[in-house]
Amino acid sequence: MPEIPSHFAIQLNGEQYTIEGDASLPALLERLKMRRGRVAVEINQAVVPRAQYDAVRLKPGDTVEVINFVGGG
Amino acid sequence: MEHEHFELAGKVFHSRLIVGTGKYRDFAETRAAVEASGAEIVTVAVRRVNIADRKSENLLDYIDPKRYQILPNTAGCYTVEEAVRTCRLAREVGVGDMVKLEVIGDQKTLFPDVPATIEAAKILVKEGFKVLPYVTDDPVACLRLAEIGCVAVMPLAAPIGSGMGIRNPFNLRIIIEQATVPVIVDAGVGTASDAAEAMELGSDGLLINSAIAGAKDPIAMARAMKLAIEAGRIAYLAGRIEQKLYATASSPLSGLIR
Repeated sequence: MPEIPSHFAIQLNGEQYTIEGDASLPALLERLKMRRGRVAVEINQAVVPRAQYDAVRLKPGDTVEVINFVGGG
Repeated sequence: MEHEHFELAGKVFHSRLIVGTGKYRDFAETRAAVEASGAEIVTVAVRRVNIADRKSENLLDYIDPKRYQILPNTAGCYTVEEAVRTCRLAREVGVGDMVKLEVIGDQKTLFPDVPATIEAAKILVKEGFKVLPYVTDDPVACLRLAEIGCVAVMPLAAPIGSGMGIRNPFNLRIIIEQATVPVIVDAGVGTASDAAEAMELGSDGLLINSAIAGAKDPIAMARAMKLAIEAGRIAYLAGRIEQKLYATASSPLSGLIR
């Protein structure tokens, strides 16, 4: 499937973030140097199952949360 | 006794110590302390990735999920919704479905909101999570949590990070006597003797973070906790002597030189 270049804003971890070019979720993760198996993603309050990452494309105005594990008890 | 193991959520572990990864200087120190503790289960917190300051380093690069059972927590969650949401996200990282459920009820004491904890546990159990709830040392709350399908209960010894030791050994004894799931004492341990005491009371394990991470030498304290838990467990199985107010001589009373 050819990528349609895009340019739009999303909310990423509470901050405005601009998506340019490839609007797929894997492209975003790659741009942010986030590896699978290290992070989890929620879009508009719904958790994205790992197996579906490749099929997910971001849309203007999406609220995206990307979490990882940090030190904690 | 040497080869005694510990079953939790259908998995076999050899260490009865679960360690947290908070408050360390860096990931290298975290890893060294975890190694010294001998723990096989390690708790982590779930937080937003820092977008502005992208470090490629990640806690899991130091605490290998293939080697350790990772136990994500819901620390900082004050509502059922926040806690459930955090668990759902944590599971999608892909390190299993064990979660340490905390629904905090009060900022100052960090005591759990027990009704909310029970409600969140119900939802999570239904969704297939293996839930280990942090709870007050309340025997009835522990019973309820076990009844709804939690794989363990984790009563606190004292407030999180307080280092006050076991404040109510009698409640803990009741919880342990009634338990149908493992009892893991979580929060409040200050030093090795506290850990040994919890094990001598018959706890199945302990979860320790601050007492190790905050020690002057965290690596040494991690080892002390490991040994204390082993000693306490063996003492519990060995069966302690009865406590008596007056002396009972340990040397023969006959054959004295007069």
